Amino acid sequence: MIHVFAFYLFAILVVCSGALTILSRNPVHSVLWLILAFFNAAGLMILLGAEFIAMLLVIVYVGAVAVLFLFVVMMLDIDFAELRAGFVDYLPFGLLIALVLLAEIVLGIGLWSAGPIELAQRAAPTNPELSNIQAIGGLLYTRYIFLFEAAGIVLLVAMIGAIVLTHRARGGVKGQNVAKQNRRRPQDAVRNVNQPVGQGVEL
Amino acid sequence: MTAFFQGLGLPFEGAWLLSTVIGILVICLPVMLAVAMIIYADRKIWAAMALRRGPNVVGPFGLLQSFADGLKVFLQETIIPSAANRTLFLIAPIITFTVALMAWAVVPFQVGVVLANINVGLLYILAISSLGVYGVVLSGWASNSKYPFYSAIRASAQMISYEVSIGFILICVVLWAGSFNLTEIVESQKGYYGFLNGNGFNPLLFPMAIMFLISAMAETARAPFDLTEAESELVAGYQTEYSSMAFALFWLGEYANVILMCALNALLFWGGYLPPVDWAPLYFVPGIIWLFAKILFFFFVFSWVKATVPRYRYDQLMRLGWKIFLPTSLLFVFLVSGFLMLTRYGGAQ
Repeated sequence: MIHVFAFYLFAILVVCSGALTILSRNPVHSVLWLILAFFNAAGLMILLGAEFIAMLLVIVYVGAVAVLFLFVVMMLDIDFAELRAGFVDYLPFGLLIALVLLAEIVLGIGLWSAGPIELAQRAAPTNPELSNIQAIGGLLYTRYIFLFEAAGIVLLVAMIGAIVLTHRARGGVKGQNVAKQNRRRPQDAVRNVNQPVGQGVEL
Repeated sequence: MTAFFQGLGLPFEGAWLLSTVIGILVICLPVMLAVAMIIYADRKIWAAMALRRGPNVVGPFGLLQSFADGLKVFLQETIIPSAANRTLFLIAPIITFTVALMAWAVVPFQVGVVLANINVGLLYILAISSLGVYGVVLSGWASNSKYPFYSAIRASAQMISYEVSIGFILICVVLWAGSFNLTEIVESQKGYYGFLNGNGFNPLLFPMAIMFLISAMAETARAPFDLTEAESELVAGYQTEYSSMAFALFWLGEYANVILMCALNALLFWGGYLPPVDWAPLYFVPGIIWLFAKILFFFFVFSWVKATVPRYRYDQLMRLGWKIFLPTSLLFVFLVSGFLMLTRYGGAQ
């Protein structure tokens, strides 16, 4: 009973907040609805027994990605009338993309559950005694090790690419030399002067 | 406890729900009481270090000061700036406070005395602590005022930066314990050199313990990393526009987070509910008392640092997080996993 109630609660909230992400007028509200959607999706994952994925969803998407999103959106000064002007023009194209994605999901699930090749290649069901993390780790670091490492290399290339694209050497920046600051002692900075009246100090 | 309510004739689900709600209350109410007392302790320690008296008027030794303050803010008027985003302005402190209490669900107070003994306990804490930033960011944005907004931006950058190194530090502990479950992590700390309890006595993990303590201060935005509420630059930071209970919720949430971080320090590195020395008579003292003693010790360290260390500059804070803690913690992930590969997991093959 509680499971069913929790499922419908999370599912309804995911759908509603997903819809409100698109519909809300304020971009900050959109991001917040998106965060709520992520959060409830994590709840659904927990109901499936995939607690590791659920925690990663919250840590990565809610905790890091969405914060940066919010960060950017809060700082931007977006004109909504302008942004919404093209809505009708883009609607058919958007619907087309949505249809293609839907078809791909249906095809993917259909092949996964029915295709003979896929059935033969599928990893053996993991021991139910194992926790999520051990099961995923066991597969990831044995069977899919090359894919895993390839994904790592792709991410590294993307990271280096982002740094190369945005990094520029700027002139006239006064950096702090921490070692030099730490070496500085009072006698280097302070001088006691017994100054005769009416005269300035030679620096 | 579920079994007890089932014995009274409730169906399993009802009994589970009831016992969970009672469990939540049994944890949250003492935490809130502890927050009130720890604010008093913080002020007293700070005062003692500055050769002042601190709160000493309300109740014996000023013990009831926090409750008097609580009553005061409760009776104040909640002011919402006219330019503020009303809903988000009010939701922000609620998020801060709720999130600060949520993480306590997986903290073990004794073997088996834990509300949710889930096997991803540490990840849960990481997930919840990464939510904490939303309260600050939303309050900064919804106030529609420039100082809170600066503070929100500082806070989100700071918390994300330090979460990275905290993540690596936690991975070291998890590698050593071989589990994400907090109870198992605590149990795995038994018997270093045959008589000490605590990962902190492990030479490979001791530097991590120190770094975690410092990162915890940065993560909770305590002094010397309290740049989000640097009063000389940002008035009161993200709380500037808040008054009354909304302000009090921030205050309570902040201190609940500090206690949680102290508890995590104790649980991950100093044996949690285990006595520090693996000696039979010490086990007669209930585990919860050891845990409390360790939490209070770490809170004293937090207050001590607050009273004695001047505030960091923002560039120093970022440098410490990204250029010192991140590479060092990454190095230790490498060292710990390498050590375990060569010893515990059967040597290189």
